[in-house]
Amino acid sequence: MDKIWLIIKREYLIRIRKKSFIVMTLLGPLLMVLVMFLPIYLTNQTQTERTIAISEQDFDLFNKLENTDYINFVVIPNSIFADLKIKFDNELYYALLEKKEDEIILSSNKQVSLSVNNEIKSQIEKKIEQEKLIKLGIDIILLEDAKTNIIISNQIISKDGIGQKSKTELSMAIGFISGLLIYIFIFMYGTMVMRSIIEEKTNRIVEVIISSVKPFKLMMGKIIGVSLIGLTQFILWICLTSLLFFVSQAYFVNITEVESTQEIEMQSMMLEGLMYLNNINLVEILLAFLFYFLGGYLMYGSLFAAVGSAVDAEADSQQFILPVTVPLILSFILIQPIMENPDSSLAFWMSIFPLTSPIIMMVRIPFGVSEWELLVSILVLVGSFILSTKLAAKIYRTGILMYGKKINYKELWKWLRYKG
Amino acid sequence: MILKAKNIVKQYGDFYALNNANIAVPKNSIYALLGPNGAGKTSLMRIINQITAPDSGEIIFDNEKLQRNHIKDIGYLPEERGLYKKMNVMEQCLYLAQLKDMSHNKAKNRLMFWFDKLNIKNLFNKKVEELSKGMAQKIQFITAIIHEPKLLIFDEPFSGFDPINASVIKNEILELHKNGTTIIFSTHRMESVEEICTHIGLINNSKTILEGKIDDIKTTFYDNSYEIVCEDHEKLKSTFAYKSKEHDKNKHIVSINKDIDYKKFMQDIISKNKIVSFQKKNPTIEGIFIKAVQNG
Repeated sequence: MDKIWLIIKREYLIRIRKKSFIVMTLLGPLLMVLVMFLPIYLTNQTQTERTIAISEQDFDLFNKLENTDYINFVVIPNSIFADLKIKFDNELYYALLEKKEDEIILSSNKQVSLSVNNEIKSQIEKKIEQEKLIKLGIDIILLEDAKTNIIISNQIISKDGIGQKSKTELSMAIGFISGLLIYIFIFMYGTMVMRSIIEEKTNRIVEVIISSVKPFKLMMGKIIGVSLIGLTQFILWICLTSLLFFVSQAYFVNITEVESTQEIEMQSMMLEGLMYLNNINLVEILLAFLFYFLGGYLMYGSLFAAVGSAVDAEADSQQFILPVTVPLILSFILIQPIMENPDSSLAFWMSIFPLTSPIIMMVRIPFGVSEWELLVSILVLVGSFILSTKLAAKIYRTGILMYGKKINYKELWKWLRYKG
Repeated sequence: MILKAKNIVKQYGDFYALNNANIAVPKNSIYALLGPNGAGKTSLMRIINQITAPDSGEIIFDNEKLQRNHIKDIGYLPEERGLYKKMNVMEQCLYLAQLKDMSHNKAKNRLMFWFDKLNIKNLFNKKVEELSKGMAQKIQFITAIIHEPKLLIFDEPFSGFDPINASVIKNEILELHKNGTTIIFSTHRMESVEEICTHIGLINNSKTILEGKIDDIKTTFYDNSYEIVCEDHEKLKSTFAYKSKEHDKNKHIVSINKDIDYKKFMQDIISKNKIVSFQKKNPTIEGIFIKAVQNG
């Protein structure tokens, strides 16, 4: 068996058995589903019925308000209202509503929730608007009729001249999710490679190993082993998240009985999304994702490996890590502006530049990128990761045998020029 | 010769770690690679282990130019050594043995044998972090020799061992030598060099300055010194026609000119003093080391 396989096997097996891997693999999907469903669940749970008292003298105000699913408005005698203003009883009422000159005051013994505030505000505003319109002699029904809602359907004209329906939101979602995944993957597993190299160095086992196997193979075995761990974790995350998603969805449909408008909207959006998904070149996106996912990781992984080999402890790695991670963080920050304008020259150059292309190109692809741009970007990335692994290997083979020496950039430059 | 290093040069920037270093290690010898700190011993060992490559010069191993497939014939215990702390002992030893091209089954059998021999069979399923330093050192020793190499290279093999374990390891090294293995080792413990080595090579300032069989080197460095112990130290001193290099109570070390007949010298001394003992004083490796390094 080639020795690199032995190294990959060890790196993979040692990590997959780690408690932290198992915990993260299980916790990830759980957190993801929680983030998706907890707000819906909490909104349903916290919508308790609230009673808001209005004094007799503000009957006008009461008339402008209508009870909702969770807010009841009641009118109470002036004297009781005055008493409550001095000694508030939160058992009976959630808040007191009154009008003083041009101001509407909502008082309670604690901060009133934003949703209640907004509900009252919008109801009163709407009512006053209607009253004003009536005063001006405008027919409300006619006005409602005049309101128009148009839908713009996007179409992409392909080479053969056939228009295909597209959806900007869907392209944005695909671009954002793939960019985000690549960003997380490179960061998580790149630092894992670095830590593992520092560990081998501090354990002092590295010299024993490189007396049996070339440093380049050890480095590549480690990078590949960790990437397989990453892939395993992502596949498990996707499977587990989907499973949990469907289980939770079924559960939520049961407990909420009547589907809320939010859910109905969400479902129709999803259905629409699925429809448009057929019009997007999924195979191309998936292949590109796999390429940029691995290409980006291999390039950054080798840079992280070089940093790991140059230092004795993780705390010393900061000065070298910063320049490595800046392009990565910059790409992440620029995802939003690039999605707004995926054909700008900034977007173009960032999707060619190898340190930013794995994220930025993935953001651009769902919007459609010409073949030559994609080809140039791929070639540049392939060339760059070959170059970066070669350079990293030069630093690595010297760095792993250096103990207790503070390394600076000048020193790294020297290492790059050492022979074999 | 099992190993010849010819005109090895290794340069790091402007610094020469090795500058035309030469060694020749005879088959089945125990060869001590000596030298002051920073002389280039570890650099040379790393080159022999193909961890780094020389800038120029060549290494001949077993009559062939050194190449990757010789890795299985060489065992190495570096000075900076360690193990994966979180890994199980058995798994780790198997991994390291397989990296030396051993099959899984053969490695397992050999490991059983060695763990039994060194009385550490109970450690198989432990994690390295649970072991004492001495135990971990024994495991490192086993992983260096497990693939039965023709040449074993130990960099400071006794450092970190207590006297009992150091003697266990020393005996194992001697036994390996008896079974035909050639051993190169570097150490600063000169008494162990005297005790077990057959050959030495001395590197100073990146160059080999001395090499050969210990007995031959001792003969070369013999400076006609004699150790004389007498009853009356003062009397000896007053009648002494020969300059005493050093003396300690009644013991004198005297070095005489090579053209003086030692029998005449002995008779001269005996006739004037009451002598308790009179013997040839051989140079120690430590003395040779210091002298060679100081001279150049």
